[in-house]
This record gives sequence, C-alpha cells and structure tokens, in this order.
Amino acid sequence: MANGVSAATGPRRDVPAIYSKVGSLHRERVWALRTAYASLVVAAIVLLTPPVYMLITALKTSAEIAAQGANPWIVRDPTLSNFTEILSRPLFQTFFLNSVIVTVLVVAITMVVSVLAAFALSRMRFWGSQVLATGVFLTYLVPDTLLFIPLYQIVGGLGLLNSIWGLVLVYPTLTVPFCTWIMIGYFASIPRELDEAALIDGATWPQMLLRIFVPVALPGIIAATIFAFTVSWAAFVYPTAFITQPTEMPLTIGVVSQLVRGDTFAWGQIMAGALLAALPPVIVYAFLMDYYIAGLTAGATKG
Amino acid sequence: MANGTLVAGTMPVAATERSGSLKRFARRRSTIAFVMTLPLILIIAGLVAYPAAYAIYLSTLNRRMTAFIGLGNFEILLDSETFMMVIWQSCFFAITAVLLKALIGFWLAHMLHHIPNKGQRKWRGMLLVPWVIPPALSTLGWWWMFDPNYSSINWLLWTFGFPSIPWLGDHWWARIAVIIVNVWYGSPFFMIMYLAALKSVPEQLYEAAAIDGADGWQRLSFITLPMMRNIISITVLFSLIVTFANYDIVRVLTNGGPRDLTHVFASYAFQVGILSANIPRGAAVSLFMLPMLAVASFFILRGVMRRNREEA
Repeated sequence: MANGVSAATGPRRDVPAIYSKVGSLHRERVWALRTAYASLVVAAIVLLTPPVYMLITALKTSAEIAAQGANPWIVRDPTLSNFTEILSRPLFQTFFLNSVIVTVLVVAITMVVSVLAAFALSRMRFWGSQVLATGVFLTYLVPDTLLFIPLYQIVGGLGLLNSIWGLVLVYPTLTVPFCTWIMIGYFASIPRELDEAALIDGATWPQMLLRIFVPVALPGIIAATIFAFTVSWAAFVYPTAFITQPTEMPLTIGVVSQLVRGDTFAWGQIMAGALLAALPPVIVYAFLMDYYIAGLTAGATKG
Repeated sequence: MANGTLVAGTMPVAATERSGSLKRFARRRSTIAFVMTLPLILIIAGLVAYPAAYAIYLSTLNRRMTAFIGLGNFEILLDSETFMMVIWQSCFFAITAVLLKALIGFWLAHMLHHIPNKGQRKWRGMLLVPWVIPPALSTLGWWWMFDPNYSSINWLLWTFGFPSIPWLGDHWWARIAVIIVNVWYGSPFFMIMYLAALKSVPEQLYEAAAIDGADGWQRLSFITLPMMRNIISITVLFSLIVTFANYDIVRVLTNGGPRDLTHVFASYAFQVGILSANIPRGAAVSLFMLPMLAVASFFILRGVMRRNREEA
C-alpha cells in the first residue's frame, strides 16, 4: 500500500521531500535558538544572583535581615542607610584610600616597566631576549600563593610589613609578567615597515616608541592597564599575609577581616561595603568591556 | 690649582674620545634594549626567582630558622593525616572545579555563538560579571547566602519542599560549596576564551561540512574541537594552576573548616606559615604545589609556542 502510494506519487515526490527537509532544518534552527536562549537565561540568573542578593541585603534594615522565616529575597522597606553608614566610617574611607594609592602606583609602575620591556623584546633582538620572553610567560604562571611566604620574610626584612609600600613593592609581580606578555603580542603585530620608515626619517628609539608604538598599540595598552588595575584592586593573598594593622589595609582584606565581626549583626553594612569595594572594577568593565575582554583573551590568542 | 688646569686642559680630548665610545656604546641597540628590560629583569629576578629559591631554602630549616634539617619538614608533613587530607582536598577541588568550569564554559560559549550577533554583546557582558567582581568580595556574598541561620538558598530549597542543607557545617557540603563558588567565578572566563576561539574557526569549514552532510555532532567533533584543541588545553591547564593555588575563596568561605577538612595547599600554607608562625613548614606546604605547576606550565608553554608557530 505504502509502496503503491509512493510509486504513484513518484514523479512529484522530490518537491515535497525537499520542502520537508528544509522545514526540518528550519525547525532544527528554531530549536537550537530556543535551547540557546533558555541556557543563557538560566546561566544569567545563576551568575547574577549572588551580586543581586548582596544588593538586596544591603538595602535592608538590620531588623529586616534578622527577621527569621520571612522571604529573604525581597526588600520590604528599602533603605540606603547601610551605604551612608559604611561610607561615613573613617576606617572604610582609609581602606578605600589605601586601595586607590596602591592601585594607581602599581598600574603606573606596571605600564612603564612592561611597555619598555615589551618594546625591547619585540623589536630589538639581543642576547637572551628569547629566553627572557619565555621567562616572562613562565613568571606569569607562578601563583602568588607559592611566593607569599618567602616574600613575607623579604618584605619583613625590608621593614615593610604592615605598610602599603610593601604592597606597592610586591604587586608588580602579579601584573608585570602578563602585561609585558600581551604588550609583546600587540607590538609584534605592528608592521615592520612602520619602524623602517621612522628610522629612515631619523627617529631615535624613544621617539619611535612614543610616537609610533604607543599610539598604534593603544588598544593593547588600554587592555593591559585595565588588567593591571583589576588585578591590583582585587589582590588578596599579599595584603592578607603582610598587613594586620587595619589602617594600612586595602579594601579587599579590610572588608573581609574588619567589617566581619561575628558578634554584631551588620550584614547589611558588610554587603554594602563589599558592593562599594567591587564597584570600581565593575564600572571600568561596564565602560571598557571590549578592551577588558581583549586583554583577557590576549594571553592565549596573541603573543 | 695648576693641577686642576692641567687636568682641565687635557680633559676635552680624552672626554670627547671617551664620550664618543660611550655614546656609541649607549647607542648600540643591545645596550638600549638591555636598559629598557632592566626593570623587568629586576622584578622577575628579585621578586619571583629569588623568593622561589628562598622558599626552597626556608623549607629546609627548623621552626626557629636556626638549624638546617634537610627534608624534615616534608617528612613531618607527609606523616600528618591533616596534610594528607589537604593534598587530597586540593586535587579533588582543582580537578572537579576545572572540569565543571570547562564544561559549563564550553556550553555557554556554544550557546552564545548560536544566537544572532546583535545580542551576543549584551549577553556576554552580563555573563562575565562574576569574573569582574574581586573574588574575595563576591565570596562574602556567597558566605552570607550559605549562612546557617539565614541561608537564602535554603529558603528557596524549603519553599520547593527540599530539606535545608548544612552548607558550611558539614565537610562534604562545605567542599561542594567551595567548588560551587569557584565554578561560579571561573566559568565565565572559560566562556569568553572559548567564544574567542569559536569565532576564529573559519566559516568555510562548516559550509564544507554541511555540503558533505555532517550533522551537529560531527561538526563538533571533526571541526570545532580539533580547531579549538590548543586553546582548550591552554585554558584548562592555566585554570588548573590558578584553581590549584586558589586561596581567597577557601579563606573567606570556610577558612579551612570544619575541622581543617576543606583546606587546600594555599590556605594550609597560610595557616601553618603565617598564623602559626612556622615559616619553614609553611614554605614546605606551598612547595608541594611546585611539581603540578611545573608539569602544567610545561604543557601550556608548549601549546602557546605551537600556536605561535601556526600563526606565524
């Protein structure tokens, strides 16, 4: 029967078959798209819940936080008092100031050191330059948790424990290797004709660096700066090890160790403090997302 | 005075000669290059290479750092049950977390790659937020969500009729909690790396495969995965190092507890070396990370070099 039908419709069979094939392809696409959006929505909910919940808590009064049994995911009477209180605490302001000082200095040091070194390593071949470039990458792979104990002794020997200057000294180990590495990649992608033209026009090496390489590789420099900024802002191991005196603490360890005092019920303030501390990198990310992502992926895709 | 004029008189000739050769020396490429890389060399030598060697030296001393005891610290550590637990927990934590991060990241990257280009930027921006927040601070939020009395996660579980979970009180749940936070923090990074890699696979390959009648699974296993193999291995190994050496999440979430059962190398090294002031043994603990690190670094470096050669 079926055979007969198919034989009878034989000559016309092709057209509907193609149509149905196209239709199934189309249906497949639609389903793929639906799966994609469903996964992304679930992922977004899971990934954004913790910061959102931190915000929810920060907007509550202590009484509302302490109320047991009520739905913790909604705010009944939102208040900004946690934010104003934490901002007016002198200790929190000190943390903030310390973080700003350390980060600004470290970013400046990092960029000068890594741009100079990357320029030399990518353009001027010299004895050992290849080894050094590899060494830079290897250094980047050495985690801070391997070095904090000897560095504790070294920084202690220099009398810089419990001081933000100790942090300014050691943070470049976190930032310089990666920034140098990605700057080598960016500089290497600049066509050599540009430097030849500059050399023919009588440019010196510093002129070449400042007038050609820095402007041309500006996206790379911005990406490296963002990386140095976020890393030194978020650094946690070194300040935790080196600093026990609250007035010298940067934000990360300050918020974690000083605001958390088991006995009091200051969850709203803790969350407000943590959110405010996380704000600078988030703002930078929000405005410079493309550079941020370029810097993130540059380590493996460039260089 | 006379001497002075005499010297002054003879100076110019010598000075120009000397400054000439000096200038030539200074103008030489390699000299300039060396001067430019000097700060970098100083940082690497003084703050990475020297401390690493110093850590090895420190680990051979006794507690008061007065006598050489060879491998004594390592022997004591390997004899202690707590430390065996630390080794086990570090490996379990790193391997589980990296696997989950890689799988979730790969899945999300694929899903992002599927949707129209216009919307990708927005989604990507949203999904990367966990990576942007300093982990010590976001873990504080997680800690509060895991709070024994006020856990908002348990509230959700309770609402849907599940029993509440002693997140940080029971050591197995505490281990899972640490892994959850690490996966939450790290999978966006994998997603971004894989998305960049997916975008670099030439579209023609997929077109050719479509003409040959390849289905989705075949496209994945014969085009996407081989093309991305290198970046996948680099990312996984890199994440393995970072996760293995992780400190902040354990410190904030469990601080090693309950009963020292969630310590990883870094947090245990901190507890022994800094908090209990046994610097040499702390150094010995952190040196246990070295072999794994060396192996992973070797393969990463090989992968990166190979990639460079392919691109060149």
